[in-house]
Amino acid sequence: MSALFEVRGLNKNFGGLTVTNNVSLSMTTGDRVALIGPNGAGKTTFVNLVTGHLKPTSGDIRLAGQDITGANATSRVRMGLVRSFQVTRLFYDMTPEEHVALAVLQREKRSGRVMGHYAGMPEVMDEVREILELLGLVELSHLKVREIAYGQQRLLEIALAMALRPKVLLLDEPAAGVPQSETARIEHALDKLPSDLAVLMIEHDMDLVFRFAKRVIVLAAGTIIFDGSPKAVTQDARVREAYLGSYANASSAA
Amino acid sequence: MAVSMNDSVTAGLPVRRKFDTGSLIGLVAIIVIGVAGYFLFPNNLALLTRIIAIMLLVLSIDLVTGYCGVATLGHAALFGAGAYGAGIAAVHFGITEPLTMTVVGAIAGALAGLISGIVILRAHGLPQLVLSIAVIHLFHEAANKASAWTGGSDGLAGIAPDALLGMFQFDLWGRTAYIYGLVLLIVVFLGLRVLVRSPFGMLARGAREDPIRISAMGASVKSVLLRMYVISGVVAGIGGALTAISTQVVGLDSLSFTLSAESLVMLVLGGTGSLYGAMIGTVVFMWFEDLVSAANPFHWLTMVGALLIAVVLFAPKGLYGSGAVILGRFKGGRK
Repeated sequence: MSALFEVRGLNKNFGGLTVTNNVSLSMTTGDRVALIGPNGAGKTTFVNLVTGHLKPTSGDIRLAGQDITGANATSRVRMGLVRSFQVTRLFYDMTPEEHVALAVLQREKRSGRVMGHYAGMPEVMDEVREILELLGLVELSHLKVREIAYGQQRLLEIALAMALRPKVLLLDEPAAGVPQSETARIEHALDKLPSDLAVLMIEHDMDLVFRFAKRVIVLAAGTIIFDGSPKAVTQDARVREAYLGSYANASSAA
Repeated sequence: MAVSMNDSVTAGLPVRRKFDTGSLIGLVAIIVIGVAGYFLFPNNLALLTRIIAIMLLVLSIDLVTGYCGVATLGHAALFGAGAYGAGIAAVHFGITEPLTMTVVGAIAGALAGLISGIVILRAHGLPQLVLSIAVIHLFHEAANKASAWTGGSDGLAGIAPDALLGMFQFDLWGRTAYIYGLVLLIVVFLGLRVLVRSPFGMLARGAREDPIRISAMGASVKSVLLRMYVISGVVAGIGGALTAISTQVVGLDSLSFTLSAESLVMLVLGGTGSLYGAMIGTVVFMWFEDLVSAANPFHWLTMVGALLIAVVLFAPKGLYGSGAVILGRFKGGRK
């Protein structure tokens, strides 16, 4: 089976500094992959390269067999490569319902319409309600986003990604900033993602990583040092060194 | 429970929502104030018509500044293009039918919106503001140099519109012009109410609040802003055409930096991001200007300046914006 999403020999240099060093990975339909790594490993750079916010120095990115290395960020989204944000990016004066409606309309190429209101478009409203129900946001659907809790905003962030019906979804720390007591709700929401969607999650919360991912990729100093099962990752000597080694250095320096 | 009730209301009345209560209140208010103006100030209809024309310009600025967050000090370019478009059509091409002149003005405004949008949207923030100033100066200078078409600094005179619908002559007291302006304002207001609530209106609001999120949804922020610029050009162009029709002369002042800046001030005075704010700001500014310039011809600018400082200090969201906040608090307190 050919890969749905493929990165080959990706490099990124900032001047003389190599931030991404020959990164290759591939994902197929239904994959649940976690990308982890110590701070400064180059995870954010990797996300920016994949989403089209940075241009790679060399290497290529393919989505469903198509080379998208030269495509800009918005056309990558339209082709089905969608991301969520580490720090919530929402419209604070709009309601969750409006957010999801806007995403659905955009996907359906109807967001350019200058007439009508989404409430008068039954197929849009049905889908909006379905998504809000799935994520347990129905009660909040008419509140302004600034009035809802941060954990709920994180759920809305996932709802927006779902509404765009991506082929590949990059989740940038979906549980960041959410209190421990509420990570269960985020996890619950992640379980509801369509099963044929390929998900690449960047996360620091190891409990979440081990429960969610079927496969773990470890990035350290811009290079992939591990790609395998969650079980094997804890046993891997290089991974331990990358994490614990940096801790050991930090404590001796202090 | 409350939520599901709301939902059934919205699902049950999909078509009626186009004429929401907000639009209805606004419509009634415009008609009542407009008719009251007609009877209260029968000798000042020219000023009232001018207020309506400028109101269209301020509404147009509100579309790009208030709804999309683009700062501009060159928006009179769109207004002036509409005025010259309608005027040149009448003087050089014999198109003197007022409705056609208005359409020509709207098209000219849209074109000017497209051109200045392409230039201005290349930058952000302060450079954007500087580009917008450059645009208005270029438009001004172009109209000045092309005097064969525009009359240059003498202005374009000799615009003689036909009777409106073949029945109503544009009279010396400006009654027809005023009523025509009022009708144009109502049509534009209702059109803009539909626009700002439409999917595109939501997209534009989103582009102002978080452009990165909009592009992460797969929409091009730049194309949203450019489309809004063209739409705002139509609105400003209609305002310009109204000036050409009602005063029967078009001067270079309609393409001036001063007009651009003043109309932005009117918008801030009323409150950005709402159609009512734009309209209230225009009326208050121009009425106040007229009042104090008659009362004290030497120090009226000082008074206008004092009013602006007072509003910015004590009602930073503008007259309408701050009023709405206070009203909201009052309602909230009574719950």
